[in-house]
Amino acid sequence: MRGVTDVVRIPGRVFLHFISYMGQIAFLVRDLMTAFSNRVWRIGLIAEQIVSIGYGSQAVVIVTGAFTGAVFTFQTYAKFKDFGVESSVGAIVSVALCRELGPVLAGLMVGGRVGASMAADIGTMKVTEQVDALRVMGVHPVDYLVLPRFIAMMISMPILVAESITFGLMASYAVAVFGYGVPHAWFVHHMVDHTNQWDIVIGMTKGFAFGIIITLVACHQGLRAENGAVGVGIGTTRAVVISSLVMLIANFFLSILLNYIWPLGNNV
Amino acid sequence: MIDRTGQPFIRIRGLHKKLGWQEVLRGIDLDIWRGETLCIIGPSGEGKTVTMKHVIGLMQPDFGTVEVDGIQVNGLRERELAPVRQRVSMLFQNAALFDRLTVEQNVAFPLREAGVTDKKEIKERVAAALDVVGLGQHGQKLPVNLSGGMRKRAGIARAIVTRAQCILYDEPTSSLDPVVSDVIDTVILRLQERHGITSLVVTHDMKSLFKIADRIAMLKNGLIHFLGTKEELRACPDKIVQDFINGRADVDF
Repeated sequence: MRGVTDVVRIPGRVFLHFISYMGQIAFLVRDLMTAFSNRVWRIGLIAEQIVSIGYGSQAVVIVTGAFTGAVFTFQTYAKFKDFGVESSVGAIVSVALCRELGPVLAGLMVGGRVGASMAADIGTMKVTEQVDALRVMGVHPVDYLVLPRFIAMMISMPILVAESITFGLMASYAVAVFGYGVPHAWFVHHMVDHTNQWDIVIGMTKGFAFGIIITLVACHQGLRAENGAVGVGIGTTRAVVISSLVMLIANFFLSILLNYIWPLGNNV
Repeated sequence: MIDRTGQPFIRIRGLHKKLGWQEVLRGIDLDIWRGETLCIIGPSGEGKTVTMKHVIGLMQPDFGTVEVDGIQVNGLRERELAPVRQRVSMLFQNAALFDRLTVEQNVAFPLREAGVTDKKEIKERVAAALDVVGLGQHGQKLPVNLSGGMRKRAGIARAIVTRAQCILYDEPTSSLDPVVSDVIDTVILRLQERHGITSLVVTHDMKSLFKIADRIAMLKNGLIHFLGTKEELRACPDKIVQDFINGRADVDF
């Protein structure tokens, strides 16, 4: 009997948690919109966050993009050679990096590095009553803590995605041209011929969307942290796990949206 | 200095609050007059800090009303609480200074956020607030480099810099040595005498209590168990009150 009730109870509880979570995110978005409309821009804080998010993520994004491009070229070249189309490797790597690998991997890396940092930062402020101190001084925590991070992420993320793609293509070129001897002209010709501006727009759009997801999830986890250091640790872990999963799921729906429902350029 | 004419500065009526399953407050009625220092005492977990947090809108009551200077606090949204928070500031138990800012920047923070842009004015007011608490020489230090007492004094400086009419102190002398505790008490008294600041103090420190309090409220089981002056507290025949102020535990090991 207990097993039967659990069949209903456990999914029911998960569903209620999901609805509650979405409600909290909706309130955070509402507060963020209000913060935007108040037009109080803390330029110093935004600049500080751009340095932390954008400049601080250079190494992880560049290394991830470059080695993904290199490995993808290795694997693709081996199979393409069987069909005698190895010179087209630049085209497939370029499209894949622009549309999928660049934004997704940059998003996951930034989510891990910056999302964890945001959740830990805000969570520590929450459990040490610094967030309450802000409120007592008449400063809304979303205005001071979330808005600057959100704006900085919106500025940084597309640039980081662009860097990831660029270094991925450079690594791919190096492997294909210098490693496998694919002629420079063929590699570049196929790459340019099969990559259009919409591939780049799709990549940037995804980067932008992933930036929104990382900021909302991480700041939400920070603002609801409680129970001291343990609570901050839990919030930080959840921020990374939830933002990574949501990004991967969102990527699927964004791909459908941008390729079929509201197609940008040629369909994949 | 205490103005008992007209409306009380803080007026609490029928305050009820449940946290989880526990009914922490079960109908608190309390008036705090302008210029008065009222101390709240009571066993841990009896809702002293919870009562204080209702005054400044950090918590909303389940039932009851809280008024500050004629403004009803309960029911106001976060962004509508600004008029209350211009009048009332708070010293948190661990001071809650911002880790990344120096002491001076911490103290200047509420001024900048209140829209004061004149750098000279900010500098002068910060220096004056730090002088009141005796931290004039430590303005460039980060909170991590301050002792517990200095952190609390920096917190007081941040609370008074906006010229708030009322300050809420959450255990201002907890975990401090007796000498530093006395310094904090002196600061609270000086603020009341020189600036007419209304104070609501949550404390477990009996020495501090008898030094700074005009009136004392003792919470027990979510209700006000005792309310009166220091003399009335000392003379109160109630066993719970006497056990508490004399630190007597009624346990048999």
